[in-house]
Amino acid sequence: MSWLETFRAGVEAVRAHRLRSALTMLGIVIGISSVILTVGLGQGAQNQVKDQISALGSNLLIVSPGSSTDSSGLRGGFGSASTLTLQDAAAIGDDSVVPDAAAVAPTTSGSVSLTAGETNWTTSVAGTTTSWLGVRARELSSGRFFTDAEVEQTANVVVLGPDTASELFSFGSPVGQTVIVDGTELTVIGVLASTGSSSSGSSEDDVAVMPIGTAKLVTGASGSSVSTIYVEAASAETLGAAYQEVQALLLNLHGVAESDADFSIATQDSLVETANSTNRTLTVLLGGIAAISLLVGGIGVMNIMLVSVTERVREIGLRKALGATPRVIRRQFLVEASVLGLAGGVLGVGLGVLGAQVLPGLIDQPVAVSVVATLGAIGTALALGIGFGVYPASRAARLTPIDALRSE
Amino acid sequence: MSTIELDGVRKTYRSGSIEFEALCGIDIRIGSGEYVAVLGPSGSGKSTLMNVLGCLDVPTEGTYLLAGEDVSVMSEAQLAEVRNRRIGFVFQQFNLLAMLPAWRNVELPLVYAGLGRAERRERAHAALARVGLADRTENRPGELSGGQQQRVAVARALVTEPAIILADEPTGNLDSSSTADVLDLLDELHGAGRTIVLITHEHDVAARAGRRLVISDGRITSDERREVVR
Ligand SMILES: Nc1ncnc2c1ncn2[C@@H]1O[C@H](COP(=O)(O)OP(=O)(O)OP(=O)(O)O)[C@@H](O)[C@H]1O
Ligand SMILES: [Mg+2]
Repeated sequence: MSWLETFRAGVEAVRAHRLRSALTMLGIVIGISSVILTVGLGQGAQNQVKDQISALGSNLLIVSPGSSTDSSGLRGGFGSASTLTLQDAAAIGDDSVVPDAAAVAPTTSGSVSLTAGETNWTTSVAGTTTSWLGVRARELSSGRFFTDAEVEQTANVVVLGPDTASELFSFGSPVGQTVIVDGTELTVIGVLASTGSSSSGSSEDDVAVMPIGTAKLVTGASGSSVSTIYVEAASAETLGAAYQEVQALLLNLHGVAESDADFSIATQDSLVETANSTNRTLTVLLGGIAAISLLVGGIGVMNIMLVSVTERVREIGLRKALGATPRVIRRQFLVEASVLGLAGGVLGVGLGVLGAQVLPGLIDQPVAVSVVATLGAIGTALALGIGFGVYPASRAARLTPIDALRSE
Repeated sequence: MSTIELDGVRKTYRSGSIEFEALCGIDIRIGSGEYVAVLGPSGSGKSTLMNVLGCLDVPTEGTYLLAGEDVSVMSEAQLAEVRNRRIGFVFQQFNLLAMLPAWRNVELPLVYAGLGRAERRERAHAALARVGLADRTENRPGELSGGQQQRVAVARALVTEPAIILADEPTGNLDSSSTADVLDLLDELHGAGRTIVLITHEHDVAARAGRRLVISDGRITSDERREVVR
């Protein structure tokens, strides 16, 4: 009896008990689709984080203010103090001290309300220097970026993110128009191009970039502290060296030991890694639960196949009497179990992919369905069918024809 | 030449500590083309004998040569092949698969013989035509009368053109007219040169056979040949 023939008979047997087969497959379907969804969710979240972080620029070091010990000996948390200053940024920019830093962009951040005519829009503000554009790997879609002179003079100019621009100016070009921030009139001199990272929750396209002095003015900040210093290394190879140099310089400038560092330096890789490690734990946890449900589905297949063998003892006896060898019988039941598994797997993938389309709209999280995971899921379902079909199949094969025929 | 040779065949059933000898030393020779009826009271071992003859069960003791081959030393797979090639079974309970239409039931032995689909289909339909069921090929067993079901079973037994047909009370569940149909078919097969072993309770059924074996308590008590009255 050929494999094709056996497969056909298997499909027939599965179809002969439609409801039972469907219920058996349900376990596999649910298991497979939840594995696909959980893996997809984890993958989607990782992709999102990766997109966001790589959108920051390339070969980037991100220096953030860290914990500092105040006079009373209390240590604040990371980011709680403004320990980075414009002087720090200037020192990093000195080629003789940090030769591997190609560009430095000290940045202050805050939140402001912009008014253009009748329209009002609250957005985040980035006060920075001219290198920001290059360091953050941004481009302009229209107008120009501010100049060194404008930074020097704290000129009242602003470059808007594309989303901000379209919120404030629905008609016509924003360039040359005026926005009012906290009573100060700023001239829009350019609009940034979109980062293209469509990930939701990213504010990269909704931002108002202005000279650092201007930003301090409109946000009411004082002093020379900055919230982030972006440092671009000349190349990926010099990133490590730049890291060392910046760290040594800042420790020296701040007069602290490495263990008491009042700043932290992150690379894009380290940011991705941090974000992924949290994500991964969650994915593994959810995936584990899904895998257990898959296992339960597999046991369901075995259960039904055992019932099926018991129920069809007479049929097995007859087939043997008519010339079926134990091998043929074993194969028949194995193929039936595999058909259940495979069909469950395919349906499960269908449901999982469908869920991956619907779910992001409901929970505002991207779900990435990978081809590898999908094929793996189908393979797993097939393996489950075969694995849990082996025992019932060999039980069927072992029945002696006469005992099988005689049973009622 | 004998197709079937039994020498000192014993069959002992063991359930727990209790042993029961269902066949206590059977010696028979059945020649090719013979029509043998096996008679005997209930529990005398008729079905046990037929199972041994059909290679469905192996004797506990003794030798069984089928067409010259010793089947008592064969593996299960070899026995399956012998059953498939040499023997056609007709059972009292028909033993048709309820989910398959008549012709699919009939083609089953051909499936295990490894024949192609087209040839199986053709031969199954021809076999059904031979038992007078050419117009019932697509019906499932549940849609057929008992007599028709048994004719499907006969078609299944003859579809491989086996040398031996074993029938264990094939008419036990049938009324007199269906009984006559089935027995006529067996006569026809006998006429075509097949060896037939028929187990029955009824003397008028046994009257069709040229040779009558009477079995009682696992022993053959009478073995007579006589002219067939038709
Ligand atoms: N699997 C078994 N285990 C134990 N005893 C068995 C088994 N099969 C048959 N027997 C016994 O063997 C004896 C012969 O049984 P068998 O079925 O051959 O009788 P039979 O002549 O066909 O009877 P009937 O005419 O009622 O069909 C009976 O006493 C029966 O109880
Ligand atoms: Mg019997």
